[in-house]
Amino acid sequence: MSGAMRMEPGAVAAPAPPAKQTSLLSHARHVIGENPVTGLAFGLFVLLALCALLGPAIAPYDPLASDVAAKLQAPSLHHWFGTDEYGRDILSRVMVAARLDLGIAIFSVALVFALGGVSGVAAGFFGGWTDLIVGRIADTIMAFPLFVLAMGIVAALGNTVTNIVIATAIINFPLYARVARAEANVRRDAGFVQAARLSGNGELRIVLTQVLPNVMPIMVVQMSLTMGYAILNAAGLSFIGLGVRPPTPEWGIMVAEGAGNIISGEWWIALFPGAALMLAVFCFNLLGDGLRDIVDPQRRT
Amino acid sequence: MLRQTGKRLITAIPSLIGVIVVTFLLTRVLPGDTAAYFAGPAATPQAIAEVRAKLGLDQPLPKQFVRYVRDLAHGDFGTSLTTGQPVISDIASRLPASAELTLLGLVIAMAIAVPLGILAAVRQGSLIDHACRIVATAGVSLPVFFTGLLLVYAFYFLLGWAPAPLGRLDVFYTPPPQVTGFYLIDSLLARDLALFRACLAPLILPAATLAIFSLAPIARMTRAAMLSVLASDFVRTARANGLAPHRVIVTYAFRNAMLPVVTTLGMVFSFLLGANVLVEKVFAWPGIGSYAVEALIASDYAPVQGFVLTMAVLYVLLNLAIDLLYGVIDPRVRIEA
Repeated sequence: MSGAMRMEPGAVAAPAPPAKQTSLLSHARHVIGENPVTGLAFGLFVLLALCALLGPAIAPYDPLASDVAAKLQAPSLHHWFGTDEYGRDILSRVMVAARLDLGIAIFSVALVFALGGVSGVAAGFFGGWTDLIVGRIADTIMAFPLFVLAMGIVAALGNTVTNIVIATAIINFPLYARVARAEANVRRDAGFVQAARLSGNGELRIVLTQVLPNVMPIMVVQMSLTMGYAILNAAGLSFIGLGVRPPTPEWGIMVAEGAGNIISGEWWIALFPGAALMLAVFCFNLLGDGLRDIVDPQRRT
Repeated sequence: MLRQTGKRLITAIPSLIGVIVVTFLLTRVLPGDTAAYFAGPAATPQAIAEVRAKLGLDQPLPKQFVRYVRDLAHGDFGTSLTTGQPVISDIASRLPASAELTLLGLVIAMAIAVPLGILAAVRQGSLIDHACRIVATAGVSLPVFFTGLLLVYAFYFLLGWAPAPLGRLDVFYTPPPQVTGFYLIDSLLARDLALFRACLAPLILPAATLAIFSLAPIARMTRAAMLSVLASDFVRTARANGLAPHRVIVTYAFRNAMLPVVTTLGMVFSFLLGANVLVEKVFAWPGIGSYAVEALIASDYAPVQGFVLTMAVLYVLLNLAIDLLYGVIDPRVRIEA
């Protein structure tokens, strides 16, 4: 019985993947051709990833080294982005900060991907009590203004970077759980699930091998769409003094450090980290939109 | 109508219970020993035990919860260590400043985003449509504190049009006699135009910052809703019957497109109430957001918890108001409900 089952999808799938892959590739090319902005976003992403991976190695100065003689210098050939009030090189600090900012966002998105994905799929597939409990938790989180809830969570759990990751994951939970629930719910009684059930598969096995792989593409799009929001949220928290502490380079806290200097005209201290933050969020939002167009053409806006 | 309203009021209760349970849990997972924290650094073990008994922390959790709810019902949110005042009176005195700022921001955003969205939908593919898309994408990518700082640099430092971002009213003026707590309205009620202008000046930049932030979802939703309504049968019929274009758009299409836009307002408020905290920090605005931030930095937890609870309750009530408004706009919802 199980032998027949293993053979059946193989027989159907064998000719399918190459055809599907070429169409996906050409579709991707079509989307990028129609929307060159997605290509631009991809370029930005590569730049950010390089900074995050190699930042400390390629930064021209030590991001923590202060040089009082060179404090508050405007952008110049020596310091492309200028220096702050301790004479630290802002370009180096912006580059090194990429790792921390992207790291917080990636870890929080991965955490909520796992939590929200599993509980959402369980809620959609099994229904009943599981659905009720997951739905209630999601509703309760949604009853708060999300940034305010994140502030409350970090204040309660303790003022650390880990807790910023946790708080950012929690406030994104309803979004992931709902998407996963809806996708799993639609497939609960789909033909291929019925077939798997008839072939004697247990429910858990069906969830893992039939439902979960089908929910994945939408969830991955969701991840890239919420990356930008996660970066904004984490930077906002560190802007008001939560999580990251000076002198650690991080975009939100660097904008906060430069906020006082804006009034006296030293714009570069806040502008460059703020612009980096903006570009990163912009990049992930565009990538998410592009990815959605590729994975799920019907949901295009 | 009254019965519908009552039914809607009841649907808000589970949210309120959820909010209270979560804020209670947040108060109980404070880092370290809450009693030791409130007793102060130099307290003896005996003093800590006394504080623990006084705060009811030696009781089982359900009992603590009952006590917490009872305190809330009596308006007891605890006492701020930094101001020495009960948290509830601190919040009550600062809430109007936040509300005035947030509401003005929302009004500005609506005034720009709704016409922009309509124009983008009516002239699909035109320059305005592209402008709308850029605004919508850029708006969600801009960190709100960064937008605020850019505006301060441009309009205060470079142009000198706006006053320094140092609070709600210049020190040379005295606030208008309190009626609503909104300086703009109170100064008008006092028939003092000079004071009105003095109150408006520091409000413009922070409100504009919030407006830029909340423009995007409203414009995007208006455009999408208008597009789907404009493609519907009754609009085609109206057009075929020879009604003037503006009549079709304003009377027929727009009223129907308002429904999804009003629904989006709930999400917009979630963003606005959070963004408010950041904007208040940038502009040294004396609202509840900056109160919470100051308390956070001083590790003064009672005001933070009071703030989170106040914001959440406000948000639940706002969502309720939006639901009720929805019923007013769309008679079908009333019948179905």
